[in-house]
Order: sequence, then C-alpha cells, then structure tokens
Amino acid sequence: MKPKFTPPAPGKPRLTTSAMIASIAAEGQATKPAPFGHALVELAGARPDIVGMTADLGKYTDLHIFAKAYPDRFYQMGMAEQLLFGAAGGLASEGFTPFATTYAVFASRRAYDFIHQTIAEEDRDVKIVAALPGLTSGYGPSHQAAEDLALFRAMPNMVVVDPCDALDTEQATAAIAAHKGPAYMRLLRGNVPLVLDAYDYRFELGKAKVIREGRDVLVISSGILTMRALEAAKLLDSDNISLGVLHCPTIKPLDVETIRREAAKSGRLVVVAENHTEIGGLGEAIARDLMLSGIHPTFRHIALPDEFLGAGALPTLHDRYGISTEAITASIKGWLG
Amino acid sequence: MAELPNKSLADRAYHIRRNAVLMGEVQGQGYIAQALDIADVLAVAYFHAMRYRPEEPEWEGRDRFLLSNGHYAIALYAALIEAGIIPESELETYGSDDSRLPMSGMAQYTPGMEMSGGSLGIGLSIAVGKCLGLKRKGSSSFVYTLFSDGELDEGSVWEAILSAAHHRLDNLIAIVDINNMQADGPSTQMMGFEPLMEKLEAFGWFTQRIDGNDLGAVVAAFDAAKAHQGPQPRMIIADTLMGKGVPFLETRDKSHFIRVDPHEWQLALQALDAGRTA
Repeated sequence: MKPKFTPPAPGKPRLTTSAMIASIAAEGQATKPAPFGHALVELAGARPDIVGMTADLGKYTDLHIFAKAYPDRFYQMGMAEQLLFGAAGGLASEGFTPFATTYAVFASRRAYDFIHQTIAEEDRDVKIVAALPGLTSGYGPSHQAAEDLALFRAMPNMVVVDPCDALDTEQATAAIAAHKGPAYMRLLRGNVPLVLDAYDYRFELGKAKVIREGRDVLVISSGILTMRALEAAKLLDSDNISLGVLHCPTIKPLDVETIRREAAKSGRLVVVAENHTEIGGLGEAIARDLMLSGIHPTFRHIALPDEFLGAGALPTLHDRYGISTEAITASIKGWLG
Repeated sequence: MAELPNKSLADRAYHIRRNAVLMGEVQGQGYIAQALDIADVLAVAYFHAMRYRPEEPEWEGRDRFLLSNGHYAIALYAALIEAGIIPESELETYGSDDSRLPMSGMAQYTPGMEMSGGSLGIGLSIAVGKCLGLKRKGSSSFVYTLFSDGELDEGSVWEAILSAAHHRLDNLIAIVDINNMQADGPSTQMMGFEPLMEKLEAFGWFTQRIDGNDLGAVVAAFDAAKAHQGPQPRMIIADTLMGKGVPFLETRDKSHFIRVDPHEWQLALQALDAGRTA
C-alpha cells in the first residue's frame, strides 16, 4: 500500500537528495577523481588488446576518460545491455579484452543470461565494471543493485571484486586486466574516497588483507563497508573496544585460508559487513566456509535487509538499513553487551 | 527455379540431410525437420560461400559461422561432417554421454562451433562484437550468423539489428530461417513479424528474400550479399519448408521437435534417395 503523506516535522532538517548519483564521500574526506578511468588509460598504453564499451553510461562509469584518450578503442553500444555483453563476448572471442561498463542493476539483472552464455560459459576475457553497486544510489530499487554479488558469485568462471576506495579501485583494475578470464568489478565512480593509502595495503586478486589488528572484534568486510568499519574502529577505541578489520575485496574466489586463520583466533566476535543483501553475499559465503571447516566463533552479519529498499538521501538510507558508521558502531556495541 | 551453378551442391545438401537423419535415428527424436529445411542454406554456406580449412578449424583467416539457434546443431554437425571438420565416425555419438556433439550447440564441445547457443536471441549480439573485432584486426573475413524466425520475438535481436547498421558492419551476413514454426506453433501466430523485408530495409540492412530450398536462389543470394558495395550489414531471409526432402515429415503437424517411429528412419532415407534421383 502507498504511504500517507507526512508533513515535515517543524524545525527538523530533512536531507533532500534522492538523486541517482550521490557521492559516497563524507564531507571533507580526501578523494581522487575517476580512479577506474585513469587506471584503465594507464594500462591501455601497453595493452593494445584492451577496448572500452558501454551502454549509454560512459560518463557515469568514468569510461569517458578512456574514450577521450583512446577514441578509436571505445565502443558506444547504445542503451542496450544485452547487446553490450553479447558484443563484448564477440570481441573477446576475436582476441580483445573488453572493459564493458553499465550500472550494476543492468549488468546483473537485465543482461545476466547474456553474460552467462557469451562470457562466463565460454570463459571469455571480458571485464564487467558496474557502477551503483549495492546501496549507493537513493533513486530506489531500479538503481540499487543489492543482490549483484550473489548473482555473479553464482556464475561459474566469474571472478567477483568489491573494492573499498580509490586506491583499491586503481589496483583492482590492473589486477582484473592481468587476470585471464571473466571478472565482475563493482565500480565507485566520480570523486572516490581515498582511505587505504594510510595503511600498509596493496590489492591482490584473491587475497584478504588485515588492515587493522584488533583484540575484541574482527570485522571481515568488502567495498565501502571496509571504510565504514575503519571509521567505527576509531569510534570504538574511545570505549576501549579493540576492533580488527580484515578487508576481503575479492568475493570470489574467496581467500578462505586467511579468513579461517583470522576467524579461528580465539575470543573475538566475528562480524561480516557488506553493502549487499543479507542473501548470497560475503556473509553467507564466509559462514558456509567456517561451518565446513569447523571454526565456530560468535558470528554476526551486517548487511542490507531482504526487502525492496527505499528512495531517499544516501546517509538516511545507510542509517536506516544499518550500514552507516554510526549504525555499525551501535550494532557492535550492542552485540558486545 | 534458378539455374544451378554447381551441380555438386545438390549432392552436398543430400549428404547433410542424410547425416542429420542418421543422427536423428541415434536418438529416435530431435529437431530433424529444421535440419532438413536448412540443409540447402548450409550446403551453399560451406561449399560455395565460406573460406575455411577443415584440418584447421581455428584458422585465423576463416569466415566465422555463428549458430544462434543452438537446437539446429544437428544440422550444423551434419554440415561439419560433410565438410570434413568433424570425422564421420562421430556421427553415431550424437547427443550421447561424453559426445562432442551435444543436442544444443556449444562452443566448448565441438570443432567448428563458434558460440554456445540454446538461449535464443544471442547470436546476432555476438556477431556484432566479432565483426567489430575483425575490423579492428583488418581482417577481410565475414561473420555468417544463422538464426530462426522465432528469435525475431526477442528484443535483443532488434538491439543487434540496430547496432549492426549503426556500426556499418558490412562484414556481417545474417540468415534468418523462416520455417514458420516455433515451440508453441506457427511463428507468425506467436508474434507477427511481417512485413520482414520492409522492416529490415528500414533498419538499414541490405536485405534479400529467397526460397531457402532453391539452391540456385540461395547461391545467388550469398553471392549478392558478399559482393554488395556499401556499408550495410547483409540479411538473407530464407523461406524454408520444415522437413524438406522427406514428404511424410513435410506434412507432419507437430514438427518443432519430432519423434519418429523406428521403421520410419529407413523410410526417411529412402525418401531422400528418391528425391536425389528424381
């Protein structure tokens, strides 16, 4: 049923933007512009096989940077996602390495069968780079790809990557280009927060990395939830709660060795945090592996609920669905009692 | 009927039909009627139009052949056997465990099979990418793509039709088999697609419509498609008869996926032989 109109509460500020593209950078946070676009241009010099393709979303996936640098290696395929991925499979079958971009909802939900048949089944060297992953748009379910990781995890041959920030995105771009075979990368575009440069960190495909050591809690996270977990860790310091962060940007293949080793360290609450529906993502993948390997820590899951998410300003939505820094901090405090 | 420029094409078509019927007999059922209707088109593609090396199916200089309608694999296997790309001894493995000839065409299984079909409406999108890739490489190879009239129901086919014209893919030769039969019944009753010739011309394709069971007409259409000067992608609309060459299959009602009684396979082969000498 449609909701009734509620007039604004007097004196209460109301966040106004439910625009399709909202920045995920916090006020005053260090950012880097278009890390994927610039990284791809840098790679393309030595890799004449790399071509760029998009379905009417070049500017919104930072592929316009590549198109400007290499206009003759850029294919505008029009707003036709099935064609985009079918043609990407075709170009790959002729020896090229297409980076094909669109929004995550269209790659996962609209073009799934085309990716399955022409890219994954034939093990083609196509890199799918998809913006607005998880809940990074306040535009409503049409543009919120809450289930993209679950869908692409379920596809054989597909490597699945969920980078945290600008540095992670640059390095992951190079890594999936070097990888032989299909890959799906969640894209953070525009002015992307730069966080991991402050840590001793380097992206490696298929590797989870301990970014912060912690005594009481281990958060295993991917994507922007790693950024949020690091912020939560600072807030929890003042409560004398020591929180470790294991960043796991490769969702598939999962670095089970590192995850098991860290989860088995005794006494810590293990929390998996992801910008994704609670169904089928990093949390369920890790829970399954820990069960199978006989490691049974106290386990909690921070993820989006199994429902169609609302429209609104992103900070409001991240608070509502429990993935803002404040919400994560409160959840962890509550679990520790 | 147009005059046949090369008499042996009729022989090739006969052997393709015969191979298909023999494979059908292995399973006792299958997409036989489609194989019989498209045999003439495949004979012209593989023994008149296309460049390839039987002993080297991945030869870079080959013309590509995409089978979008993967259930026609039985027909393409029959042609690939006749072309010497698949050994004739594999024929009896059709559709069996561990065979390289699965019922639905798959790129990972079969020499000469360039794509995985089965999910209909995909081939033309792959063709667009292959044509773009061949142009990038400066290759003069054509991409032949066979698809079925039922696939015209799929929106993705029209995405690719728009795209091929937009990208001026003059190295694409598509053939649509109008046998007017899909899973639930006559194609034109499932979703009307006529007037198809006018539609495709309006979409910017160099389009010809022929009797796909008239070898002379098929040859002329392939020749014209290759020789056409202009940036348009090329479409051959081939009107065909399901079960062509085996009268009791031509008139069968439920012809999309047919079951044939054991004694009828011999009758089918005899009908093909009779047609050959007629």
